[in-house]
Amino acid sequence: MYLLNRVQRHRVNSTWMVISLALVAFLPFLLFIGLYLKSAMLLRDYSLFDLVFSKIWKPSSGQFGFYPFIVGSVWVTMLAMIITAPVCLLTAIYVTQYTRKFVLRIMHPAIDILAGIPSVVYGLWGILVIVPFISRYLGPWLEVKTMGYSILAAAFVLSIMIIPFVLNILIEIFKAIPVELKEATWSLGATEWQTIKHVLLRKALPGIIAAFGFGLARAFGETMAVLMVVGNVVKLPKSVFDPGYTLPALIANNYGEMLSIPKYDSALMFAALLLLVVSLFFNLVMHFFIVKFNKY
Amino acid sequence: MKLARKIEEKFFKALMFLSTVFILIILAIIIYSIFEKGLKSISWEMITQIPQGGYYYGKGGGILNAILGSLTLAFGATALAFIIGLPVALYLNVFLVRHKKVITIIRFLLDLIWGIPSIVYGAFGFSLMILLGLQTSLLAGILTVTLFILPIMIRSMDEILSTVPIGLQEASYSLGSNKSETAFKIMTRQTVSGIITAILLSFGRAIGDAASVLFTAGYTDHLPNGLLEPVATLPLSIFFQLSSPVAEVQNRAYASALVLTLIILLVSLFSRGLGKRYHKTKINF
Amino acid sequence: MEHETKIEIRDLNVFAGKNQILKNINIDIPKNKITVILGPSGCGKTTLLKCMNRLTDLYPELKVSGRIMIDNNNILAAKEDIYKLRQQMGLLSQRPYPLPMTIYNNIAYALKLRGIKKRREIHKLVLHYLQQANLWDEVRDRMREPAVRLSIGQQQRLCLARGLAVNPEIILADEPTSALDPISSQFIEETFSKLKNDYTIVLVTHILRQAKRIANHVVFMYLGEVIEQGSVEEVFGNPKMEKTKLYLGGTFN
Repeated sequence: MYLLNRVQRHRVNSTWMVISLALVAFLPFLLFIGLYLKSAMLLRDYSLFDLVFSKIWKPSSGQFGFYPFIVGSVWVTMLAMIITAPVCLLTAIYVTQYTRKFVLRIMHPAIDILAGIPSVVYGLWGILVIVPFISRYLGPWLEVKTMGYSILAAAFVLSIMIIPFVLNILIEIFKAIPVELKEATWSLGATEWQTIKHVLLRKALPGIIAAFGFGLARAFGETMAVLMVVGNVVKLPKSVFDPGYTLPALIANNYGEMLSIPKYDSALMFAALLLLVVSLFFNLVMHFFIVKFNKY
Repeated sequence: MKLARKIEEKFFKALMFLSTVFILIILAIIIYSIFEKGLKSISWEMITQIPQGGYYYGKGGGILNAILGSLTLAFGATALAFIIGLPVALYLNVFLVRHKKVITIIRFLLDLIWGIPSIVYGAFGFSLMILLGLQTSLLAGILTVTLFILPIMIRSMDEILSTVPIGLQEASYSLGSNKSETAFKIMTRQTVSGIITAILLSFGRAIGDAASVLFTAGYTDHLPNGLLEPVATLPLSIFFQLSSPVAEVQNRAYASALVLTLIILLVSLFSRGLGKRYHKTKINF
Repeated sequence: MEHETKIEIRDLNVFAGKNQILKNINIDIPKNKITVILGPSGCGKTTLLKCMNRLTDLYPELKVSGRIMIDNNNILAAKEDIYKLRQQMGLLSQRPYPLPMTIYNNIAYALKLRGIKKRREIHKLVLHYLQQANLWDEVRDRMREPAVRLSIGQQQRLCLARGLAVNPEIILADEPTSALDPISSQFIEETFSKLKNDYTIVLVTHILRQAKRIANHVVFMYLGEVIEQGSVEEVFGNPKMEKTKLYLGGTFN
């Protein structure tokens, strides 16, 4: 009935499990080594410092300055976090502390839908709604000249994209705080708000930091939606209404030409390596905050 | 003093309420604008035909190539990720269940991989493709997307498997089963609806991501016909059509976005219906 | 022997949806005595305790009706200042839940909520309450450490000190020794016996021997109902109801 007997099947299955596990466990190292080898060519000819801090990007004449892209990425990410962080924190507190359970039952599918919408669709929505809003209303109202395609547009679209991600973690964090801690504080005569402000927020602090950190890492690597609304101009932005360029967008926009110009592919792989390192670093640090939150 | 405290509480409570409403309104606006724009330009022709000559100047045809391409690619990647992912999740929860430290480290690694942006996978997949001597193709796309969804697949199956009480495994051993039989026969059967949820979750991610297939899957106006041929995908068809200056082509991008969104909503609805009992995933997409 | 009644519970009913958790509770709790509420787990003891300081407000699904009179003031009807009202009672829960602050600030926070602002006074009172809870000697050099670093037994005494710091007249304790080792339990029990001269203590427990050791007044509950209540001599020495006899005899638990 079976091709193999029980012992043989056990051996095959176990081997397959171990191979799969090894593959997965080595994946981050594999990614790092692969991208490092690819960018080695660039790193051999240029110092890391020059690559990161040089402002001139002219691949055809061999000038690879990543500074404008790094600045663009940092601006977009930070601005997105400034929008997302308070919205998510306030909402998470509201739905876990103030409302009845059915509100959470509404929020969960809403969060899932927001999380499920693909990033191209977010980008499209940005082009349809956010970009015209900035160029037609917000810009003129603040008396700045803007195309609409800008750091601000990218940050706004990005902030919406990471809301489900950050909010989900925050809700879990607040739900994990034992209700008895709240009871203890209430029994001292504290009001709801005092309990939240003095006790819950303090208790949740490592978890809140972690949620924001994970969100930040995710925002930093987001590609398509940002690429579609950020403007893609290699220039240091002077205000949030200026167009910019981000590291992921750089990679995505130029994959076509990368084999035609010397060292270009190496430069793009270096950009990917930067993204990988930033993402691994942030996720690593934030995990320790989660561990800290779970411990106390 | 007391009044100030009351005002503070009222103020923050109002702010919290507004934040919650803000999120729901944004969601409504997104859904509304996708449907409003998409429904205007979607047609039967769009979803049943491949691009005809002059399609990108507004002539006839549809995006069947991208729909089928995306489905094929996502199916392939999900299947491959399942073949690699299920054994890993089972290994963690059956073979390593007594080694808490090892499990913690592996889960930690998986969470790290989960956080890596998809464009990095795209770039890595591209290098791998060159290394293997492949062209942009369905195969290269599948391989890249598999790497990208593996952590999602494994972690969501792991979350479910870890809820199975250890007593069940012990019962299975006491009947004379060995570990791999316990893993593949008992554990999977116990968590079957949860595993399907994990698969659907990964499928939804696989079909929606553009950055990882941008370098690796290529694009074609033809239907997918073989692993080593390029393949069109929906996210990229949206992206390309949107960058066209022709208004009609742009409209088709809206219709394509509607199709993609509907597929993903359907998948997520399906998994929600199935996965009610198991909806414990810490971070769920 | 007549006592002054501190808490008078009349016709208290609590529903969670269609489930009735407490059925027609009528209890008199004497002033400056230890009243033990006894009964098997799941009989509604904890819910009863939570009604007394309106922690039930935390659970919107609970419907509470009836009257709980404290010094002839129905606290269930009180709309204003339930916060003041809660400060009349110190709470000690099953496991210690120290606030995420330093040892010192755990007490100081309670004092500040009470409206004490002067630093020197806070200093003095922190010391006073830690002494009252039998903890001062162990933590005098560790005041700036986070409270979570204390042992469980010390944490529970810190929570007691914190409960006393709101200057209550009543102490509500919900199986306060169930998570503790025997020595810490003894500490808590001794502290209670000392405190009863100044405070009305309501202690929920399912440990018969503990009840016997420290109770003045006993209320026996079963499945959300009060079966029997009276002085400790009456209930333990000469139980009137069949269920009480069975429980005290150890037949069901």
